[in-house]
Formats: sequence, C-alpha cells, structure tokens
Amino acid sequence: MKNEMKLEFSAVSENEAFARVSVGAFVAQLDPNMDELTEIKTVVSEAVTNAIIHGYHENPAGSIVIMVKIDTDTVELTVKDHGEGIDNINKAREPLYTTKPELERSGMGFTIMENFMDEVEVTSEPKTGTTVYLKKRLARSRSLCN
Amino acid sequence: MSLSVNLETKGNVLCIRLEGELDHHAAGKLRQQVDNVLQEKGIKHIVLNLEELTFMDSSGIGVILGRYQQISKQGGEMVVCSISSPVKRIFELSGLFKILRLESREADALRKLGVA
Repeated sequence: MKNEMKLEFSAVSENEAFARVSVGAFVAQLDPNMDELTEIKTVVSEAVTNAIIHGYHENPAGSIVIMVKIDTDTVELTVKDHGEGIDNINKAREPLYTTKPELERSGMGFTIMENFMDEVEVTSEPKTGTTVYLKKRLARSRSLCN
Repeated sequence: MSLSVNLETKGNVLCIRLEGELDHHAAGKLRQQVDNVLQEKGIKHIVLNLEELTFMDSSGIGVILGRYQQISKQGGEMVVCSISSPVKRIFELSGLFKILRLESREADALRKLGVA
C-alpha cells in the first residue's frame, strides 16, 4: 500500500506533540509494532524540536513542513524548515554536541534519530534552511501478515 | 497529551511524579516548577517517578540532567523509578544510568535515600 501526506505548521512548541501524533496516526496504517511507532514519534519530535529551537530560534513566524511516504514496510519522513541552517552538519550530529547548552539541550537529537531509524540524511544551507530525511523499514514478518 | 507534574517533599527528598509526555514544550514548565522547590532550603535528593510517563524525547534528558547537576553539587543523589521500556531506551542511549540510580518502585527509592 502506497500513501503519502504533507503537513505544514507554525514553529511553536505546542506543535511538537501535534506533529508526532499526526505522523503516528498516518504510519499506523502499516500496522507497526509499539516500539516502531514510539521510535517514529520520537524522531519526529526530535527533528521538529530542532527546527523550532535551532532553525527558527523559537520565532513562531517560522514554518515547518513534514512529508511522510509509506509503502508496504517502509516509512520515509522528511522534516523541512526555512530557518538558519546548520554550519557544520557533522559536528551537529555528534552525540552530546549542542550549540545551546544554556537552554539545557542534551545534544542527543541526531543520535536518537540515527539509533531509531535506518537512514538519516541531513542537508542544510546557512540562512536557507535544513531538511532532515529519515527512513525506516518495519519488521517484515508483521507486514507480510497484512 | 500534555505533562502533569506532581511534586511532594518527604524529608530532604523531592519526589517528582510525571504523567503524560515530556518534550521540549513541557520541559520548560517542568524545569520552572522543580527549580522553585529546589530553591527552598532542605532538599538534598530527588526521586523521579516515571510510572505514568508515556513519552520522552531528548528534551527530557536535558531537563533531568540540569536538575541532577543542581543536586549533585550539594552532594545529593537522583534516583529514577518505575520507568517504562520506551523511556528507558532514551535513558540508556544517553548514558543517564551512569549517573542516576534505578529502582523499580518509589518506595524502594525512598528507602534507599533513608526517608521511607
């Protein structure tokens, strides 16, 4: 079953829960197990939070787009912002690295995305924005039963 | 969906019971509520009861580490109890168990800290 959706919303922290719940509801069509669903909701939360805090510095005028594609046993997520962009993507992906320790950011966002998904690609240009592409294959035994 | 925070002081221990989802949106309010109590005198340790916490992302790690740093400076300890498996995975990934003690129930955590 192929299906896709697109969501666009303001970069405000209230929308972190909205984003992960909406994506979770859409992905539920593939009948993921509870762990997989939690992992997907967590990475959506991480990517959206990054866009709000680092992309837009919590400026609510910013806008975030999420695109989700599902196909049999595969989930593809794209989280896009038109914010500040990332100067050094490799540095940003290092565990515990954060540019905002004063906000008690843990620097674990990308590490969690990498652990919970099969593919993580980050493209970014300073002053233009950041796109995070995430892909996950769901446990095959379950999808074959559908 | 949102986070509900229950705070109770038992001797020199602050019990923080969380219910719902802990993300960046909820982290700010939690930080403020806990810090208000920590500023009062006499709190040495923290017990974090996560039995009803259904979701946590890396913003939760940040707020927990921040409170840990405050109490460890005063020689206090943070004990986590009743953690669910999805939240436990986030703790494991971030290495939080290297500095926080894990107990299965709140009563055990309190007993270890000498206030039950």
